[in-house]
Amino acid sequence: MLLFLFRRLMQGLVVMFVISLISFSIQDNLGDPLREMVGQSVSEAERQQLRDELGLNDPFLTQYGRFITKAVQGDLGTSYFFKEPALDVILGKMPATLELVFAATLIIIIISVPAGVYCAIRPNSMLTRAILGISILGISVPVFLTAIFSIYLFSIELGWLPSYGRGDQLVPLFARWETGFLTSDGLKHLVLPAVSLASIMLPLFIRLIRSEMVEALSTEYVKFAKAKGLTKTRVYFLHALKNTMLPVITVGGVQIGTMVAYTILTETVFQWPGMGFLFLEAVNRVDTPLIVAYLIVVGGVFVVVNTLVDLIYGLINPTVKLAGGNA
Amino acid sequence: MSLLEVNDLCIEFPSRHGIAVAVKGVSFTVEKGEVLGLVGESGAGKSTVGNAIIDLLSAPGRVAGGKVTLSEETISGLSSEDIRKVRGRRIGFIFQDPMTSLNPLLTIETQLTETIIENLGFNGKQAFERAIEMLKSVGIPEPELRIKQYPHQFSGGMRQRVVIAIALAGEPELIIADEPTTALDVSIQSQILDLIRTLCKEREVGCVFVTHDMGVIANVTDRVAVMYMGELVELGTTEQILQRPEHPYTQSLISAVPRTDVKLHRFPRVEYIEKAETKAIDVKNHWLGQREDFGELKGDALLGGKTLLDVKNVELKFETQSAFFKKNRKYVTASDNVTFQIKDGETFGLVGESGSGKSTIARVIAGLYKPDAGSIEFAGRDITHLSERERMPFRRQIQMVFQNPYSSMNARMTVNDIIAEPIRFHKLAESEQKIRQITADLLDHVGLGQKSGIKYPHEFSGGQRQRISIARALATRPRFLICDEPTSALDVSVQAQILNLLKDLQDELGLTMLFISHDLPVIRQMCDRVGVMRYGTLVEVEETEKLFETPQHEYSRKLIELMPRVDQLSRAGLDIEEHREPALA
Repeated sequence: MLLFLFRRLMQGLVVMFVISLISFSIQDNLGDPLREMVGQSVSEAERQQLRDELGLNDPFLTQYGRFITKAVQGDLGTSYFFKEPALDVILGKMPATLELVFAATLIIIIISVPAGVYCAIRPNSMLTRAILGISILGISVPVFLTAIFSIYLFSIELGWLPSYGRGDQLVPLFARWETGFLTSDGLKHLVLPAVSLASIMLPLFIRLIRSEMVEALSTEYVKFAKAKGLTKTRVYFLHALKNTMLPVITVGGVQIGTMVAYTILTETVFQWPGMGFLFLEAVNRVDTPLIVAYLIVVGGVFVVVNTLVDLIYGLINPTVKLAGGNA
Repeated sequence: MSLLEVNDLCIEFPSRHGIAVAVKGVSFTVEKGEVLGLVGESGAGKSTVGNAIIDLLSAPGRVAGGKVTLSEETISGLSSEDIRKVRGRRIGFIFQDPMTSLNPLLTIETQLTETIIENLGFNGKQAFERAIEMLKSVGIPEPELRIKQYPHQFSGGMRQRVVIAIALAGEPELIIADEPTTALDVSIQSQILDLIRTLCKEREVGCVFVTHDMGVIANVTDRVAVMYMGELVELGTTEQILQRPEHPYTQSLISAVPRTDVKLHRFPRVEYIEKAETKAIDVKNHWLGQREDFGELKGDALLGGKTLLDVKNVELKFETQSAFFKKNRKYVTASDNVTFQIKDGETFGLVGESGSGKSTIARVIAGLYKPDAGSIEFAGRDITHLSERERMPFRRQIQMVFQNPYSSMNARMTVNDIIAEPIRFHKLAESEQKIRQITADLLDHVGLGQKSGIKYPHEFSGGQRQRISIARALATRPRFLICDEPTSALDVSVQAQILNLLKDLQDELGLTMLFISHDLPVIRQMCDRVGVMRYGTLVEVEETEKLFETPQHEYSRKLIELMPRVDQLSRAGLDIEEHREPALA
């Protein structure tokens, strides 16, 4: 177990190093940060001097060396726009994004597991066909379309739900974490963005769970469980479902990591004050330190989520030894 | 009244192309404490009958007619909830493969106690005590410890014991065992068979024992029902069926069983088997007979007696746990100082249980694995460390026939291309026309007919595919053929034909063979000399007849003792070899 975590930590460090290298090396292609920082009236000589001060004229390796030395100490640079450490800016926006992803994940789990299991158990029913038909539709429609359409229907026409932002009734938890989960206004603001975000992954999960469950139902041990005289409920929800969840956890973990990235679209449409929205703004402002910091933080989230997924997988599946060579 | 009565049972599988009738009007009875064997070849419908009794037919199968009663109570046509209460409580079920019939994610405790709680209405604590008791009665040591473990921590034989414990946990009146020992080694098979038989007798439980193996039938059953193409063709006591079979199908089935007591010259030709007319080839004038570059043995190749293959002190280890430091790595020894010689023209058998390293040796000889130490000499030349280019002529001379005829052929190539590929690769024929002619002759020769060349592998049955494999192996004009369990995936009657074909080919082409099998009777029928393997070492090498009559090594004795005996089989119409023929016929 400890060996497994140590290995993972080492692999994570390598991954983070590669991400930092890539994100740092693309920053020159994003545009000129000075154009946004200073007004039109500043002369070319002053611009050059500013570039020298910021170290933008140094060779790439020198710049990167400087960056990595600071990064190891937890300093990912200072945002040109906010004039604050980039990491602090991002961490301040992170709770909003994590809450959004968490809410979307909850929606996905609550709907996809029963729907997928139902489709596997009753392959020929009308409802199964309906679910599978709609899920194809869900995969094909892009998220911003779902988002815009639901804003039109539920906020503008029906007026049930707010169309943007997190509302003003946020409850501070600790540090800079303010949650919208504890007030009805906060929850109302969460509904549309979370549903839109969930809509991309939901069909995929339903189909994944259905096919894995069909596979599990055709195994010998499920047949043997039936031959033992167990009730259908126990056969389906203990014997078959537990085996279904193994591959679902592996794929699902990666997908939930991906969802953190997908929030860029959802957050933009709903003006959600999270990391994705921030990233888009940073790109517009050519705020390179912030962009680099965002890429590194998202990469870090990926690594952490994947490690957690592997840990959970090891807990469920007794045949996996976490310290094993192929971990 | 009988315990189980099956009356006129009909089962059908509706499909797009109409209704396939899998079981036609089968009737039999089972008494308390009696073991009834249900025997037949694949597709006979024997497992279908077993599944139908407890309504576990796989979709879209359905019972079309007939009646099943258990202790005078009708159990066919019950609602799904009512038949569920019969399962486990009144009828226990044992499946074929213990590796797949236990849920890998649940402990033995969960899987055993859930059955007890469901069927006997015990509370958790009583169920646990009961479970321990059950594990003890099926012979699992340290049940208190083992019950907390998961299936993957048990060996195959131990798992089948757990499955039996589960099947008996609800105190059923009847057990249906579907090929319960087919996936197990002989030594474990005999233990499991003893266990099932003892438990049935002690507890007065009836048993329907589904199997294709006549040896198992002879050891465990009281009466036997023989099924053929969905019909029950003969029903009688085990003694009568084995010694005086009446129905022609039963007779042909019994004559095809590899015998443990005598060596046959050839298995008898019988009806009821897929038709295969082999066409003889005049080897002297045919391409197949004109062999080239046999090295220094050329010319006296057919004289026999000389050593063709010399396996010297071969060692091979596989790494099972990798580690950064050498001392932390763990290995399993697949082959430990194995030494034997195969003479030109003889058939050498390798026998042993699973994991004994038989197939590893075959792969080392074929050049698929490199040994860690030791050497392989073929026709007087060391071929252990040849480069790919230098090995090429030896690859041509040494060919392999694999165990599984379903996975050893490219499904996207026609049979013609499959057989022609090695000829083209080694550039053995001058023209495409010549290649086509050779392919056609080979297909005729192995009994498939040249017309089948334009078909694809999936259009053939298992036995026919194995014929294609053999034709492909012959296409390079090999002098040495390695057969790795060539018939263990096949039915007995088909097996008899394939074995006959191999014997014929050997006689005509003067092939030398390494024949690997876990099946002792097959080894007895095929081989001149046999090596017995265990845990990667060769424990005994002996002439076949001597080995079976007077085994020297303790392990060989045990293997031969445990082999299911079919000594009392009818000998009608058999072509028994009176005196062992010399190594080369």
